[in-house]
Amino acid sequence: MRDVGKTFANGVTALAGFSLDVEEGEFLSLLGPSGCGKSTVLRMIAGLTAPTQGEITHASPQAYRGSGRALDFVFQEPTLMPWATVYENVALPLNIANLSPAEARPRVDDAIARVGLAAFAGAYPRELSGGMKMRVSIARAIVGRPRILLMDEPFAALDEITRFKLNNDLLELWRSLRVTVVFVTHSVFESVYLSSRIVVMTPRPGRAFADLSFDTPYPRPAGFRTSADYAANCRVTTEALYDAMGSAAA
Amino acid sequence: MRAAAGETNGWRILRMLLPVAILALGLVAWEAVVVIQKIPPYILPGPLQVWRTLLADWTLLSESLVVTLITTFEGLALAFFGGVLLAVLFHQSRLLEYSLYPYAVILQVTPIVAVAPLLLIYLPQHAAVLACAWIVAFFPVLANTTLGLNSVDRNLRDLFRLYRASRWQVLRRLELPAALPYILGGLKIAGGLALIGAVVAEISAGSAGAGSGLAYRIAESSYRLNIPRMFAALLLLSAAGIVIFFTLSLVSHLILRRWHESALTREG
Repeated sequence: MRDVGKTFANGVTALAGFSLDVEEGEFLSLLGPSGCGKSTVLRMIAGLTAPTQGEITHASPQAYRGSGRALDFVFQEPTLMPWATVYENVALPLNIANLSPAEARPRVDDAIARVGLAAFAGAYPRELSGGMKMRVSIARAIVGRPRILLMDEPFAALDEITRFKLNNDLLELWRSLRVTVVFVTHSVFESVYLSSRIVVMTPRPGRAFADLSFDTPYPRPAGFRTSADYAANCRVTTEALYDAMGSAAA
Repeated sequence: MRAAAGETNGWRILRMLLPVAILALGLVAWEAVVVIQKIPPYILPGPLQVWRTLLADWTLLSESLVVTLITTFEGLALAFFGGVLLAVLFHQSRLLEYSLYPYAVILQVTPIVAVAPLLLIYLPQHAAVLACAWIVAFFPVLANTTLGLNSVDRNLRDLFRLYRASRWQVLRRLELPAALPYILGGLKIAGGLALIGAVVAEISAGSAGAGSGLAYRIAESSYRLNIPRMFAALLLLSAAGIVIFFTLSLVSHLILRRWHESALTREG
């Protein structure tokens, strides 16, 4: 699948002349300062916000319209239904698609097991920690087997140790599910650790400023965080981010 | 730790004892004034006599209590379903909301005491009493449900859109559950109001010469200068109001305790 996203002005002009091709199977991070329109890009790919100019095309529209989910979304907050159990929350996309409970059950169980919450299927969100709630949110996003997973700063509200753990688990999911991930973040370190490719955006109105590809092989062990390779990638990315900020100030 | 626990325990007991002590003090003072001043019971009966009357007239009064309670619950049930239904309809159709909402407000702000005699002219008595209970009780349910339906998490709404949920699915799986705490809050207010509506209508109907609810007993006793029975009936009405409030609070707690913040205990 190949998404050609071209998007433009939006009231306060969150984005101007933003172009992006998402390659199938990649882990793409959108990195940029707050308010540069990263989230808007995701919302437009998801069809939640219409672009005022330009257009977004999906390589296989029938997959987008079809019964299987073309894409799914993980918000910055866990965005769970507090009145429903973990199981019911994860089953939501299948329920809305009118799958029978018998059809849904193995898929829901599988998704919950993949995020390591099998023991908590009957728990209510308020009984879970912030990291566990985010895991539920991710389980809900993968239960429909999406081709593209859109993630909007999903770990921004978590403490760093929880975040590291979830980063590793997310990479594991990405590899085992062969899903394309578009990941919005304002953390250089997080994007470098996770991504096969990083698009650095300028401050508002957002444009793609730099397009960096990293060939550090996966799986990336925890040791990668302390390697020289990682440090070098972080430096390149940070420089690109500084330049992006500077280009707007000028 | 133990000292702190003991303190909170003592505090809790004090909180329960204080109102009881005030009540006892008031009753003793009341009885004393009546006895010392030799006030005749047709002007002011003492609490002991009110209690004796309550026991003596129990058969009559308890029947009336049941009548009033049934009316109140019928009115409350109608107000609950009517209020929720109207709120849902308003939520689905702006046109409907704009057309009807002003009239809901007018019904709410017009004093029910003034409306009840009119209703009694045009409706059979039971229907009129029910209508009064409904008119005063449905608005808090309507207003709270509307607030609840509009308070849905925006991201969850987006998620349902992403999943291409139908309007019905959004309503059933998202909006109604999200509004539930608000609806139950409205129901709690409506419970007390339904009782007021029923009483007002009974008093109006009572002056027209028919009826058998508690409020009718009060009106009737007033004509007969049976002041102790007025007090006894009033006591029962008060008790009914308290029971309704606590019942609805309990229902609300049982429904919400698994997930809503309001039902969280502070001990954890």
